[in-house]
Amino acid sequence: MTAERMNGAEMVIKALGDQGVDVVFGYPGGAVLPIYDALFMQNRLRHILVRHEQGAVHAAEGYARSTGKVGVVLVTSGPGATNAVTGLTDALMDSVPIVCLTGQVPTHLIGNDAFQEADTTGITRPCTKHNYLVKNVDDLARTVHEAFYVARTGRPGPVVVDLPKDVLFATGTYRAPETIEDRKSYRPRTEPDPARIAEAAALIAGAKKPLFYGGGGIINSGPRACKLFGELIELTGFPCTLTLMGLGAFPASDKRYLGLVGMHGTYESNLAMHGCDVMINVGARFDDRVTGKVAAFSPGSKKIHIDIDSSSINKNVRIDVPVIGDCAKVLEALIAALKARRFTPDHAALGKWWKQIETWRKRDSLHYKQGDKVIKPQYAIERLYALTRDCDTFITTEVGQHQMWAAQLFKFEQPMHWMTSGGLGTMGYGLPAAIGVQVAHPEALVVDIAGEASILMNIQEMSTACQYRLPVKIFIINNQYMGMIRQWQELLHGGRYSESYSSSLPDFVKLAEAFGAKGLRATTPAELDGVIKQMLAIEGPVIVDVATDPAENCFPMIPSGAAHNEMILGLDDKKAGDTISEEGMVLV
Amino acid sequence: MSDIERHTIAVLVDNEPGVLARVIGLFSGRGYNIESLTVAEVDPAENLSRITIVTSGTTMIIEQIKAQLLRLVPVRLVHDLTEEGPAVERELLLVKMAGSGEKRIESLRLADIFRARVVDSTIESFVFEITGSADKLDAFINLMKPLGLVDISRTGVVAIARGAAKF
Repeated sequence: MTAERMNGAEMVIKALGDQGVDVVFGYPGGAVLPIYDALFMQNRLRHILVRHEQGAVHAAEGYARSTGKVGVVLVTSGPGATNAVTGLTDALMDSVPIVCLTGQVPTHLIGNDAFQEADTTGITRPCTKHNYLVKNVDDLARTVHEAFYVARTGRPGPVVVDLPKDVLFATGTYRAPETIEDRKSYRPRTEPDPARIAEAAALIAGAKKPLFYGGGGIINSGPRACKLFGELIELTGFPCTLTLMGLGAFPASDKRYLGLVGMHGTYESNLAMHGCDVMINVGARFDDRVTGKVAAFSPGSKKIHIDIDSSSINKNVRIDVPVIGDCAKVLEALIAALKARRFTPDHAALGKWWKQIETWRKRDSLHYKQGDKVIKPQYAIERLYALTRDCDTFITTEVGQHQMWAAQLFKFEQPMHWMTSGGLGTMGYGLPAAIGVQVAHPEALVVDIAGEASILMNIQEMSTACQYRLPVKIFIINNQYMGMIRQWQELLHGGRYSESYSSSLPDFVKLAEAFGAKGLRATTPAELDGVIKQMLAIEGPVIVDVATDPAENCFPMIPSGAAHNEMILGLDDKKAGDTISEEGMVLV
Repeated sequence: MSDIERHTIAVLVDNEPGVLARVIGLFSGRGYNIESLTVAEVDPAENLSRITIVTSGTTMIIEQIKAQLLRLVPVRLVHDLTEEGPAVERELLLVKMAGSGEKRIESLRLADIFRARVVDSTIESFVFEITGSADKLDAFINLMKPLGLVDISRTGVVAIARGAAKF
């Protein structure tokens, strides 16, 4: 192989090409000008110019989560890098593979408080899976390749490569990915321990009140893991619940799907979780939004936990059978082990369990009353689902009530079609994420289900959508409040709505027009369907302002600090404030 | 409430910039204790450094600490020396004594009993060097305090497993 000589900036572009990257989300600045110059001289790699670096990372997240590929970000030093921090933290919490290239001041100025200098590797150390500062051009290509490897393998996550400007100008030798030797550290384990598989199979075989609890790890593992997850459910006939990150890992229309689990999960999901005797966690992490009060979490169950990250085991909840490995490999081994032992479920016990679940399901915990005057937010989302179910629809969300209603009511039949900020809860995620999804899937319908408060956090990205004619649809559930804040203030703080009213809102229709997009508005239930159809008929980006009931609360709800069997089904159910202990008040 | 246990953990890492910051940041960021921490390169050819951390927590926390350390990309191996079997733990201490007369002689006598060495001396001062377990060093410091102790420097614990096995 002939060693190619080139400068650092060209090396970056070549390395991205060799990694199969076709699009980069970024924003130029002084320290990355050499890379932008190298970008200008080629036409293989597409660059999407965002309007804020946070938007670049969320767009890359949307791209990554809807394709399974690594999302790539390019930002400048100092403020470019610090603006990316929220997005990087978001990607770390939700295990999204991202490579973020940041510019840096020249090596001889590092530490001198130079213009647009920030200690990027220092700042991003806790919010990345790994990060690098490249000080020598001959290390550059190897570092970029390794960054991609680290980002996509094991439990995926964001990786930062900090690139001083003098390194980008320096000439060095390019190394292709296949010439990079493995490092001696970092050996993610993907193959499960057969002994653990046998233990898990034995527990499953003896289960009388089992439950599958699936999470984002199944989706991260890939379509094959989702298929195997479905096969395992088919084989066992066990009920299945999914976390916010796991939606789409199993078809929502399947009768064995009990709905979302956790704080705003369905009655049947949470009571099944509370009452099961064997819990099979596949790629979820016992997040506090799922467990509620840990001491009272599913007290009678034996717990199997399948996860690629050994630090997820026993972090929050004691596990009886931990299985470390890639979901697809573990599920495959588990199915084989069950078949080998001629597994048949305990039909009598399972029948009783299902009967119990059906009585819970009959409570219809997602029920709401739609009158003929004011649009209920749930109704808006249900109509959106009904009118788009035949399209190839990708949904992104912002954070808050609308996000929970979307998770409860939108039915996802396949993985990688639902993009939401789960772990970090980043308002302003949805629009840039939708842009990233639309870039990856130009023909698909991409809808950002938003709140009127969240959407204003990254509204500048409308400009990006318009520039690249990305026909994202922004569906604003406008209740004039930071709804989830308002709900907590109502339930926990005596109805003192401190600073949660969305005052001085823009006219979203005019705002859309100001960006060069289309704006629509629905204010009555009768006109909602028409407006949604109009939205779907428009080819470019659209903002739909749906005026909804400002007082509606998101139920069911497990109050913070409470157990699953203490969930509130609605305000009529019981005095919500009474079930929240002082201990629970301090939890978020 | 589970009992708090004290564990000595050896972490073998790639010797690269920022690796110590990653380890320390992990402990502070996740609220774990560091009772002592030492680090030095142990194999230049292999580019290998060894960090010895003494930490404390419940069984669940200790397990988390080890799993979280293993997640760090430059970490090659994590060994819980407390759990894996007998290990030798040693710490080095330098103590500066100032004074004259009977106290000075008494400190020299005690240093002899503790097998401390004098590594610097002037007419009115000594510097003692002593190695041993943290408890032994604590005991020595307590004895020296009334005899004119003016300064202390200690390394923190280094440890290695007993027996022939290389982990």
